[in-house]
Amino acid sequence: MMKPQHPVGIVGYGAYIPRYRIAAREIARVWTDGQSGTPIEAKSVPGPDEDTITMSIEAARNALARAAIPATALGAVWIGSESHPYSVKPSGTVVADALGAGPWVSAADWEFACKAGSEALTAAMALVGSGMQRYALAVGADTAQGRPGDALEYTASAGAAALIVGPASEALATIDATLSYVTDTPDFYRRADRPYPVHGNRFTGEPAYFHQIQSAATELLRHLNRTAADFTYAVFHQPNAKFPQAVAKRLGFTDKQIAPGLLSPQIGNTYSGAALLGLCAILDVAQPGETIFMTTYGSGAGSDAYALTVTEAVLERRERAPLVAAYLQRAVMIDYAIYAKWRGKLVMG
Amino acid sequence: MTNVYIAGIGATAVGEHYRRGLADLVSEAARAALASAPEIAPHQIGALYVGSAFSEELYGQSQAGAYLASILGLSPSIPAYRVEAAGASGALALYQAVQAVQNGVAVALVIGVDKVTDHLEDEIEAAQAMAADSTEEALHGVTLTAQWAMLMRRYMHEYGYTADAFAPFPINAHANGVHNPLALYRFAIDANKYRKAAQIASPLNMLDCSTLADGAAALIVVGEQIARELDRPRIRIAGSAVATDHPALHRRRNPLDLSAARASAHIALGRAHLGVGDVQVWELTDPHGIAATLALEAIGCYEPGTAPRYAAEGAITPTGKTPIATFGGYKARGDVGGASGVYQVIELTRQLSGQAGPTQVSNARIGLSQSLGGIGATAVSHVLIRES
Repeated sequence: MMKPQHPVGIVGYGAYIPRYRIAAREIARVWTDGQSGTPIEAKSVPGPDEDTITMSIEAARNALARAAIPATALGAVWIGSESHPYSVKPSGTVVADALGAGPWVSAADWEFACKAGSEALTAAMALVGSGMQRYALAVGADTAQGRPGDALEYTASAGAAALIVGPASEALATIDATLSYVTDTPDFYRRADRPYPVHGNRFTGEPAYFHQIQSAATELLRHLNRTAADFTYAVFHQPNAKFPQAVAKRLGFTDKQIAPGLLSPQIGNTYSGAALLGLCAILDVAQPGETIFMTTYGSGAGSDAYALTVTEAVLERRERAPLVAAYLQRAVMIDYAIYAKWRGKLVMG
Repeated sequence: MTNVYIAGIGATAVGEHYRRGLADLVSEAARAALASAPEIAPHQIGALYVGSAFSEELYGQSQAGAYLASILGLSPSIPAYRVEAAGASGALALYQAVQAVQNGVAVALVIGVDKVTDHLEDEIEAAQAMAADSTEEALHGVTLTAQWAMLMRRYMHEYGYTADAFAPFPINAHANGVHNPLALYRFAIDANKYRKAAQIASPLNMLDCSTLADGAAALIVVGEQIARELDRPRIRIAGSAVATDHPALHRRRNPLDLSAARASAHIALGRAHLGVGDVQVWELTDPHGIAATLALEAIGCYEPGTAPRYAAEGAITPTGKTPIATFGGYKARGDVGGASGVYQVIELTRQLSGQAGPTQVSNARIGLSQSLGGIGATAVSHVLIRES
C-alpha cells in the first residue's frame, strides 16, 4: 500500500464527454443485421475536430475552475491515453500551453492501455506528497479505436477526466491510500504501426480484467482493514456494462454503491477516462464524509486501487463547472455513416 | 481376437486453462486414468494413441505422439502417434487402440487433448475450418457453425419448424451439465432464455452453440486377460466403426442426411450383434440442436423430420427413450476439439458403471458414443456394454 509523506487529495476535478452518440443497436444493424446482442446502449463519439488533446483541455479547464487556482500553479500536466494524436510529440505540452500552465511545468504523456490516467494520478500523488510541487494535473483521455465489425467497436468511445492533486488540507476529496498490481498479461494490445488493437476475447475477462481488479482491490481493502460495506461508493474500470457490475458484486459492493459512477451503459468505454469519469460522476453527488473506493484497469495488464474520503469543499466547488450529468444529457445521436466518416473509417480513393 | 475393455478413465475439467499447458493437462488426465486402474502399471502400456484436432495448426506440434509419450514417461519402444479426423480425432484414437488390443497389445493408452485458449479467435476459426473441404468450402470463408446454421435453416424449411423447436437440446444439455463437475457450464437454462439469446449464425443463437474449450481425457484400454482381474464393472467395447462422407456439403446427395453417422453406428452395432433399439444411452456430437437431430435421424432413432418433436416430449433426457448429453454434451460439458470423443466414452463408461449421479439412466447396460469430424465427414462410433 502506498501513502504519500504529506497527505494529498483532489483539489479540482473535471469531466468532458463529446456530445455525439452512436447506439450499439445501430452498429449491430450494420454488422449483424441487428441480430447480435449489444454490450451497452450507446457510446460517445468524438466530433470531427476532437481528439485526446482537445478533450483533455476541456476536462482540465473544468478541473482548474473547480480548484480555483491559476494554471501557472500546476507543477505537472500529465496526460494518460492510448490515443495520443502523435506517436512522437507529447500531448502534455499542447495541453499545458493551452491551459496557460507553461513553460515552467513538467509535461508528459503516459501509456498503460486503460489505466494510463490512473498511473498519472498515482505519480501526481507522489509529486505533491513528496513536497516537490503543490499541484499536479493528471488526465485520463481517449478516443478509443475499434476495428469495424469487431466486438470492441460497440464500446470503444471517447471522453476525458482531469484530476488536480494538491495538499489534503485543500482537497475536496482526500486520497487516503493507493496500490498497484501488474502482471505481463497480453489480453489486449496494439502494435505501434497498427490502427486497431488485437484482443483475446474471453481472455480479456477472467485472467485479465477480473484477476487484476480483484487482486488490487482485495489487497487495498486488506491493508486498510476495511470491507466493501465501509465505503459509500465504488467505481471500477468499465469496458462494458456487465464487467464492472460483476466485479463489484464479487468484491461485495452493491448495485447502489456503484450506480452513480457507472457510465458505460450510456457512453461506452472511454478507456483511460473510464474509471476516472465514474469518479467525477460520484464527486458530483457525494456528500462530505462519504467514502469512495476506486479500482482502475489497464490491459497488459494492471490495476490501481484508491480509497478516497469526500470533504466539505466538494459542495461549493462542484458547482463551478458542468456536472457529468450535463454532458450525458446533451447527447446527439448519429448514424453509422456519419460515425464512419468522422472516425476515418472510409477509404477515399 | 480378444475382447476389448476400458480399464481406466481420467479427464481434466473442461475450461479455459489459461495458466496450464497442453502437456500439463495431458499429465493430469493420464495420472487420473492410471489412478482409476490400480492394477495397471505405466510400464505395461504398449501403445499410445493421441487424438487432437489442432496439434499442427495451433500448437506447431506434428509429432504429438512422441512428445506426449516422453512427457508421460512411457517406454520409448512402443508405437506412439497422433491420428487425425478433426473433432472425431479422439474417438479415432480409441478406434486405433481397440485394433491394437485386438491384435495383441495388452494395454493401450488413449489421449484426447486440445488446448485452444492460447490462441486468437481468428487462428482458432481458421484451424476449425480445416475440417471442411479446403478448396470448395474453407477457402471461401465458411465456418462449421455457419454450415450447421444452413443445415438448420434447410431443416426448418423442409419440415416446418421454427428455431424454438431446437431449444430442448441445449436445455437438456445444460440441465445435465449442472451435475458434471468437469463441465464447462454448470447452470440450467430455459426456453425463455433460449428465445432471448443473441444470434450467432442465424438461426443458431448463442444458447444453441457450443463453446470450444481446453481439456484432456485419457482411457486405458485392455484385453480380456487383464480385464478379468478388474475389481469393478467390466465395460466392453463391443463394436467400433469408422465411416466417411465427402467433407463438402454440396457434394452430398442430401445434406440433411449424415450418411457416415448412420453407417458407422450401424456397422459398430452390427459388430456388437446389437440393433439401434438396444442402445439405452447415447453420446453424440451435439454442438447444436440440429447436429443432434440429424445424427439421431441418420442413425434411425427417429424418422427424418421428427427428432425435435420427440425431444420436446423429453425423449432425449436421462429418463427418455434416447438419452443424450447426460454429462452436458458439447453444449454444457464443452466442445473439447479432438478430445471430445474421449470425454464421450468416459461419460458412457460412468453411465454404464452406475456412476452418473442425478443423470443416471436407470439400468443402463448398453451405450453408443459417436464422434463426428466436421459435419460428419468422418463418423466414429463405439458401442459399450457393461458385462454383468
